[in-house]
Amino acid sequence: MIRSRAVTLMTGVLGVALLATACTPGSNTPTTAAPTVSSVKTDAAGLGNVTLTVWDQEVRGGQAAQMKKLNDEFQKKYPNIKIKRVSRSFEDLKTTLRLALSGNEPPDVVQANNGRSDMGEFVKANELLPLDTWAKAYGWNDRYPASVRQYVSYSPDGKTFGEGNLYGLPQVGEVVGIYYDKKVLAAAGVKQPATWAEFEQSLQTLKDDGAVPLMFGNLEKWPAIHIFGTIQGRTTPVDQIRGLAFGRKGPTWNTPENQKAAQTLVTWVDKGYFNSGFNGKDYDPAWQDFSKGTGAYLIGGTWLQADLQKTMGANVGFMLPPGASADAKPIATGGTGLPFSITTKSKNPDAAAAYLDFITNKNAATVLTETENLPLAYVADQKTGGGLQKDVFSSFATVVDGEGLVPYLDFATPTMYDTLGAALQDLLAKKSTPDQFLATIEKDRSAFVTKNG
Amino acid sequence: MTLGAGLGVRGGNADPNRRPGTTKGSRGAPGEPRRIAYLYILPAFLVYAAFLLYPLLRAVQLSFYDWDGLTLASWVGFDNYAAVLQDEGLRGAFGHALVLIFFFAVLPVAVGLVLASILNRARVRGLPFFRTVVFLPQVIAMVVVAVAWRRIYAPDGSLNGILDAVGLGSLGRAWLGDYSAALPAIGFIGTWFETGLVTVLLLAGMGRIGNELYEAARLDGAGPVREFFAVTLPSVRGEIAVALTLTVIAALRTFDLVYVTTRGGPGNTTSVPSYEVYNRAFQLGQVGSAAAIGVCLTLVIFSIAFLINRIGDRGDA
Repeated sequence: MIRSRAVTLMTGVLGVALLATACTPGSNTPTTAAPTVSSVKTDAAGLGNVTLTVWDQEVRGGQAAQMKKLNDEFQKKYPNIKIKRVSRSFEDLKTTLRLALSGNEPPDVVQANNGRSDMGEFVKANELLPLDTWAKAYGWNDRYPASVRQYVSYSPDGKTFGEGNLYGLPQVGEVVGIYYDKKVLAAAGVKQPATWAEFEQSLQTLKDDGAVPLMFGNLEKWPAIHIFGTIQGRTTPVDQIRGLAFGRKGPTWNTPENQKAAQTLVTWVDKGYFNSGFNGKDYDPAWQDFSKGTGAYLIGGTWLQADLQKTMGANVGFMLPPGASADAKPIATGGTGLPFSITTKSKNPDAAAAYLDFITNKNAATVLTETENLPLAYVADQKTGGGLQKDVFSSFATVVDGEGLVPYLDFATPTMYDTLGAALQDLLAKKSTPDQFLATIEKDRSAFVTKNG
Repeated sequence: MTLGAGLGVRGGNADPNRRPGTTKGSRGAPGEPRRIAYLYILPAFLVYAAFLLYPLLRAVQLSFYDWDGLTLASWVGFDNYAAVLQDEGLRGAFGHALVLIFFFAVLPVAVGLVLASILNRARVRGLPFFRTVVFLPQVIAMVVVAVAWRRIYAPDGSLNGILDAVGLGSLGRAWLGDYSAALPAIGFIGTWFETGLVTVLLLAGMGRIGNELYEAARLDGAGPVREFFAVTLPSVRGEIAVALTLTVIAALRTFDLVYVTTRGGPGNTTSVPSYEVYNRAFQLGQVGSAAAIGVCLTLVIFSIAFLINRIGDRGDA
């Protein structure tokens, strides 16, 4: 027994010693004042020999192709700036970025997700530079309209999302709209709907005809957020949606408009507009089934365009969710790809800004289009291959020009992605009523807003 | 997990629960252990301390802070723990983990006992072959297992296809999207996964039971069932304890399976504590709260494992 007591004692002493020597978590990061940028240089060739470390997540197909091409072109144009590229998958980047940024030698340029739990946290910790001075010098504010810039804007304390300083530049855009299978619509005698009422009417016609009106896979929880957002865009004023989605003080979920949106979703389930078992169906197989001719409509993002065009050719079309009338102001859920930001500890912020400018300028937009991406800026100038790509590009240009882009609802609070995803599954499975659903997400929102101030 | 090493340790050691600290049997020279012994322990202890004790203590420390992983943390005492206990969703998550214990541990041991005694008794030809087949799920990475089963459970997947083919189509459903079926469906993957391990462990144990015990039982007129309860079951008590320990731990720390199949859905019906740890630490930036859940989970695992070993040890010679 003596020995086991000795071991216990030793462990105890060791533990106390460790606790005593270990300092408060986070104390190795100095608390500095919010960074400011006063004078900037835009002459990248005259910056001397510098190395830029860039962390991105552009690892798939067209994304990887555009990044490589633009990096090569940048190197050719500015041989004095050497790019050290580190690319990781989205998930890997997200989990390592936090540690990398709080270290002493973070990368110069990083791709950080727009949301509060990523970019917002980094801004709060003074780890990203405000880009406004460069924006003036390079004319970025003309490149991106205000409805796009809000996705990369935060107050300097990171508490207010959607306004304040500019903290990142996104390359690509995305918008959630409605894909339709022309053959299936024609078989049921349905014309492409021009208004929301016509759209809902066509769902019933298709159902009566024996088709699956809406293809839907919601195993991952988040796909329902896009469907709900699309419906909410028809029932709720834009300002209210923006306020809710950016987690601002003021608008609440408990309004008749949001109630109507939730009720509409339930009605769609009741009337059997979705394929059966959607809560247990994967997102990918759902759109793959759609591409093979199951389902008339698919509510989905522009990221599906390249794949759907490949398999469906001229048989598929894309439209923005229609409004109350054919000429109504366009409103659609959408956003930007992951924006590129400059870190506070970067030794060459001017070179980094030149890089940001280069990968988002007019030439970059052409490269993005050629590599099957949807450029955020200069989208209306692009020559598209026609068909679905043309639909997608013109829809995106319409909604951006009309300032009708509304943010993803899960941007609202750090926990909203989980709360809303689970609450929507509950609502869709009739485990909760529209009122209970709204109460659940309102609870999440108000708890955050109270804490955030 | 390396297969060979794992098997060697699990199968070969009759009593892996005996720790150096327990006073059992003679230690050679009477009286105090020699001081020099600590020197021998030191290298291993340093590695253990650096990679296990320090992170563990650090996690305990983190759990007392409100920390976003970036800025200076603030001390909150036991607030994180209080929040863990009060959070209805988290209590649910721990409840789900307990349900998974049934599927990951209890069921595989029951199935494994039957399977192993049949294999052992029948002395079938090609026993190594069957042993390999039964063990095969263990060789596959859990993520791969989860992806494969996700396809099986899909609304148009093979499970519903089979049910349709035999005329039981009405039982078919979107397994992972069904509020009452999702958790058992995930649990069943665990049963499939762990049964092989348990069976092989028990087979090894049964192989070491002397034939004379069975002969004696038969002379006393025992049938196969009686034989099983009188001879086989008591003889493999140690193996059962090991199997239960391993599988219970696997059940409680399930992460990859849930992450790949349902992400805690539908609603929150399949959320588990370790998924919450990941979610809070890496997605939400609530490092302190994540550490508190982790510490609670460690305590639960430790106490259950301790209990199992206590029961397993009792009655050992």
